[in-house]
Amino acid sequence: MGKNHPNVDEYVVSRVRALESLLLEKGLLAPDAVDRVISRYESSTGPMLGARAVARAWRDAAYRRRLLGESAAALGDLGMKYDRLVVVENTPAVHNMVVCTLCSCYPWDVMGLPPTWYKTPAYRSRAVSEPRTVLAEFGVTIPAEREVRVWDSSAELRYMVLPLKPAGADTLDEEALARHVTREALIGVAEVRLPTA
Amino acid sequence: MDGIHDLGGMHGFGPVEREENEPPFHAPWEAAVVAMMRASRGGGVFNIDEFRHSIERMAPAEYLRSTYYERWLDGITRLLVEKGVVSTAELAARTESFLAPPATASSTVRPASAPAGGGSPADLSFFREPSTPPRFAVGEAVVTRHVHRTGHTRLPRYARGKRGEIAAHRGGHVFPDTNAHGRGEQPQHVYGVRFDARELWGEAAEPNAHVYLDLWESYLLPA
Repeated sequence: MGKNHPNVDEYVVSRVRALESLLLEKGLLAPDAVDRVISRYESSTGPMLGARAVARAWRDAAYRRRLLGESAAALGDLGMKYDRLVVVENTPAVHNMVVCTLCSCYPWDVMGLPPTWYKTPAYRSRAVSEPRTVLAEFGVTIPAEREVRVWDSSAELRYMVLPLKPAGADTLDEEALARHVTREALIGVAEVRLPTA
Repeated sequence: MDGIHDLGGMHGFGPVEREENEPPFHAPWEAAVVAMMRASRGGGVFNIDEFRHSIERMAPAEYLRSTYYERWLDGITRLLVEKGVVSTAELAARTESFLAPPATASSTVRPASAPAGGGSPADLSFFREPSTPPRFAVGEAVVTRHVHRTGHTRLPRYARGKRGEIAAHRGGHVFPDTNAHGRGEQPQHVYGVRFDARELWGEAAEPNAHVYLDLWESYLLPA
């Protein structure tokens, strides 16, 4: 028996259960560890955290400067403890996007679990060599005069994009605004648009 | 190492396929893999650099065939076996017991007598003060080393022997190339380095594009 087992999924699930039970017995894994991971990433941690920081930065110039210059303190204002985030700002002259070509580094604590596409060989291979083409596939066309900056997360720092403030943002409060900031926008493969009233 | 994990700039993987309304986890076993990785790191069984290098050591074809959390499972298992926490034989036997009906195996699971803590974020911090002052200043021109080491490194193939500019000093960090191999943390200064797409991709480069990498000081030489 091994990886040639006819039902790969069943094999993987059994292997995970086996390893989990062994680590429980050896005292390495706490009995509630898996439940805590599920509860954390299915409810309390996700892109809504980064989205809140973005919405506040759009509405508060002093907060925006802190988010860009001292992100740990700015995230601390929102109750997050994270000292490794670099926030890169989209401007009319610059568009930023984030990748990790060597593995799939991603700011889990601020943006939740990375989407599967972010972890695929297709995205990891192409984001650095043909970012404009990849962006176009995501529906974002960047004119040639606007610089594209790709941040390849090769060390332990993590990157989040501060998207361009959308038209009409000033009519919404922070919470309502944050709901329109998508995970894709925080990675830099989407713009934020508000529905026109 | 020049492994399959080092994907930047490779061709042939096709368009980026997306899933609408993707859930955080597709199955509970994925969360169990995350929990085991965290517990192993928090419990000091292995560090993040050993973990990444363990995944890099997967056979290339298997790496590409596997899902993300299958790669994690493979990386965790290899290290737990190498470090003697579990044996290949006991893992195989236990896996069999879960595969074989009737499923009585769950009765063998006993609660841990002394569950390990999750490890606080401070325990896992990678910031360290190097013993030497920074060698490079923001704005300085640098060239990356052209090396092909067989061990772990965070200098991707596509950015070796390339000219760039120091864009930021990122502080002192644990050095993955030694920390992945039990040779200590040996902290170094890390710099954000800006590369022109034309330097990296030549004539194939898209217009007006730059790639930024965070690189350890010993990857860099004055240009």
